[in-house]
Amino acid sequence: MSESKIKVGLFVTCLVDIFRPSVGFAAVKLLEDAGCTVEVPEMQTCCGQPAYNTGDRKTSKEIAEKTIRAFEPYEYVVAPSGSCAGMLKKHYPTLFGEGTGVQSRAIALADKTHELVSFLTDVLEVKGVDAQFGRCVTYHDSCSGLRELKVHKQPRKLLSSVAGLELREMSDANVCCGFGGTFCVKYPDISNDMLTKKMANIEASGADVLLAGDLGCLMNMAGKLKRDGSKIEVRHVAEVLAGETLLPSIGEGED
Amino acid sequence: MSENATRREEILGRIRSSLKVDPDAMDRLEVVADRLEDHKRNLVPERAVGTSAKNVKQFCQMMEAVNGTVEHVKSPSEIPGAISKYLRNHNLPQVIRRGSDPALDKLPWSKARTLQVSVGVARKDDEVSVSRAFAAVAETGTLVMTSGADNPTSLNFLPENHIVVVESGRVAGSYEDAWDVVRAVYGDGEMPRTVNLISGPSRTGDIEQKIELGAHGPRRLHVIVLNRPAGSK
Amino acid sequence: MDSTAHNFKKNAAGALNDAQLQRALAHVPRGFVKKRADAADALPEFERLRDQGRDIKNHVLEHLDIYLEAFEEKVVEAGGYVHWATTAEEARNLVVRLCLDREAETVTKGKSMISEEIGLNAGLEKVGIEPVETDLGEYIIQLRGETPSHLIAPAVHLNKDQIEADFRRVHTELPEERNLHEPASLVHEAREILRDKYLDADVGITGANFLIAETGTSVIVTNEGNGDLTQILPKTHIVIASIEKVVPTLEDASTFVRLLARSATGQEISNYTTFSTGPKRRGDPDGPNEYHVVLLDNGRSSMLGTEFQDMLRCIRCGACLNHCPVYQAVGGHAYGWVYSGPMGSVLTPNLIGVDEAGHLPNASTFCGRCEEVCPMRIPLPRMMRNWREREFEKHLTPFTIRRGLGVWAWFAQRPKLYQRVTALASRLLKWRAGSKGRMKNVPLADGWVKYRDLPAPQGKTFQQMWKERGNV
Repeated sequence: MSESKIKVGLFVTCLVDIFRPSVGFAAVKLLEDAGCTVEVPEMQTCCGQPAYNTGDRKTSKEIAEKTIRAFEPYEYVVAPSGSCAGMLKKHYPTLFGEGTGVQSRAIALADKTHELVSFLTDVLEVKGVDAQFGRCVTYHDSCSGLRELKVHKQPRKLLSSVAGLELREMSDANVCCGFGGTFCVKYPDISNDMLTKKMANIEASGADVLLAGDLGCLMNMAGKLKRDGSKIEVRHVAEVLAGETLLPSIGEGED
Repeated sequence: MSENATRREEILGRIRSSLKVDPDAMDRLEVVADRLEDHKRNLVPERAVGTSAKNVKQFCQMMEAVNGTVEHVKSPSEIPGAISKYLRNHNLPQVIRRGSDPALDKLPWSKARTLQVSVGVARKDDEVSVSRAFAAVAETGTLVMTSGADNPTSLNFLPENHIVVVESGRVAGSYEDAWDVVRAVYGDGEMPRTVNLISGPSRTGDIEQKIELGAHGPRRLHVIVLNRPAGSK
Repeated sequence: MDSTAHNFKKNAAGALNDAQLQRALAHVPRGFVKKRADAADALPEFERLRDQGRDIKNHVLEHLDIYLEAFEEKVVEAGGYVHWATTAEEARNLVVRLCLDREAETVTKGKSMISEEIGLNAGLEKVGIEPVETDLGEYIIQLRGETPSHLIAPAVHLNKDQIEADFRRVHTELPEERNLHEPASLVHEAREILRDKYLDADVGITGANFLIAETGTSVIVTNEGNGDLTQILPKTHIVIASIEKVVPTLEDASTFVRLLARSATGQEISNYTTFSTGPKRRGDPDGPNEYHVVLLDNGRSSMLGTEFQDMLRCIRCGACLNHCPVYQAVGGHAYGWVYSGPMGSVLTPNLIGVDEAGHLPNASTFCGRCEEVCPMRIPLPRMMRNWREREFEKHLTPFTIRRGLGVWAWFAQRPKLYQRVTALASRLLKWRAGSKGRMKNVPLADGWVKYRDLPAPQGKTFQQMWKERGNV
């Protein structure tokens, strides 16, 4: 591997960039440990989902074109998010006219884009990680990663290699947490109902740490758990896989 | 043009303009005509393909799985007695109504001395009906009933207890196999007025999703399988 | 039926605060969802059947005009009549006229969503004809003056104690001290009451799950047997169906039969699948003397050739409702019109306009469970997004959202500036949160902090830290 390292462009995602850079660094560590060189193109911002899911196709296209250009030089593009990777992989190609040049570039980006954990297991064929976490965790399957990218077994497989970690599955791990991007602020009451059901399943699992692969969902669930005074810690799965669990968990302070 | 014809033209015209198609395009007409004439099978599940013995066994298992009951007899002459015994076991009166199916006509009803048999459509107070199935389907434990004086459709639904005789040779594997038999009897593209596919007694889950039997149709469905080869009347 | 779809948010809030409703809705994920999964697992060919079901429907839609003509020809050949209705009102008037001409006093009805769509019961009552719903769930909601809250389980929003109270209120001829505590006793009582109605009815009206072009046959699928009693006992059988229900052959219908019950209730097949062709034949001792099919368009023909054409593949199994977390939270009535859940969120704006029903395609997290279980593989999330696009184009999207999005998009397309702003935001939010690591109040984020804290950023953006580490 060291002869010709795989060149990965990291799509940081806007939420990781602003709220939890440690997830980005965990991703970099995991990729480097697996033999990649990682670069972070400066010209990236957001994948465009807020516009896309609001029906603003024009803005979505403009943002997509910028992202496509920013990541053209890389062999692979990896994002620590099923939702953003799904946007690049499944939705960008549908934004542009059939057979246009920009669509073929969008397809080229789609073909080389992967969600972080599935990239590690499915492309790099990583069998395990060198990490330790002596806690009982439960894993929430975020919708886009699960249904658009079929991310389900991959994080469980790598988590099983973390020393000391016990995975306790919650009921309905594959049911939406109620985040849904702008949905959670447009329809807060319904979102809260979904979130409340999710909380009950998390608590019932008996785990003391909640993991998932998407920061939006994680912030939604952490925000609720903390509002309700729960002791359950919330982390991105990459942090645990990279062994970077010293920083406060999501929604917890330093004291 | 009648109002109905005007509306018909309007709807068909709108469909054609939305699809951007020419109403007289021969290729479209041919595609449809061929498909209707060929009535090719789509994917038939593997479980629906098997020998006659396997079909009968699977039909019985599937029927029992949906709360139907099944018993086997070796000769038509056993049927009246089997019906009489079934009624006794369920504390039902020895009174049945059936259609004029020749195969049922021929049964030695007098062998079951207590049994009162009337022929005709179902009446409001009938508690038990007896029918003969046109065919059955192993795939899902399904009876295929066809309408007519032989086996009036109302007998399938109005009484609370429905007893159905099916010859083992008439148990097909798949729905498609049963349609082939329907076509053989009624002609290509033709159907009797009613074909009922019946899989178990009537049920409902409309109250709190709790399954209750006997919602409107029969509360009990009892199948008597006559184990003899097809065609040997 | 009048729509309250524009009031979705208010309807939803009411539903979330309705303890009875919430108790009833809890049965949905526990029942239907598990049963469907088990049924799909039990048939190895299920996924391939879904592909075929999709392909058959696509083929039909591309040749819909020809299949409808073929169907009509066979119905007429079998001695039946076909009536065409371009609008809901036309269909309602047609059916009412057919009933009046037969001097009908009582009409029994099998379950039909088209009947809801055209407001048939109100139309019949207006001219003094008594419509009697015979599906147990439909019967219950008719007693309550309600509309169905689910495609296949119209009374799924009710608990048995509510139904008991309704039966006691309406069935006053029965002894007061009777035991009605168990679903079985309620089912039995409805059975007894409806028995006479079946026998007295002058006309029986059913919907159709499928219309078969090859044979001119209408197909109904039920578990109770109510649809059959409705259509074989009265002198006249009227079928009301929308134009996209036509399928080519008996073989094609068989494919859909394999998909429908498994997706809907998790059964291998429903108890009764009934194929009706024309009126009773010479020598038939029972069955109707007349057989009519009313074909309803009501906006469907205009969906062909658009991004919503795929919606016309829907076979009304209800799987998308059962699996939708939004439906599970608010139930069907909150959607405000006949159709609810994901299929309603796509179909309703097509039928009554996006100005009225604009909320529905927005009230989704795009979680994708609906598409995952749809037997016809209808891309429901994609079409909800298509509606959002039309709303955005028509400026129906709320102003605050448009403006917020505009500001964000302006920055998002200017990466250098964007990074300076995000760095500032990250620092400010971290400062605001202090040592707690989260915030209970955040300006412009009312919807978020109403129910949850906002986790604080770590203080610097990834891009800042990446550069600080000497990376470019």
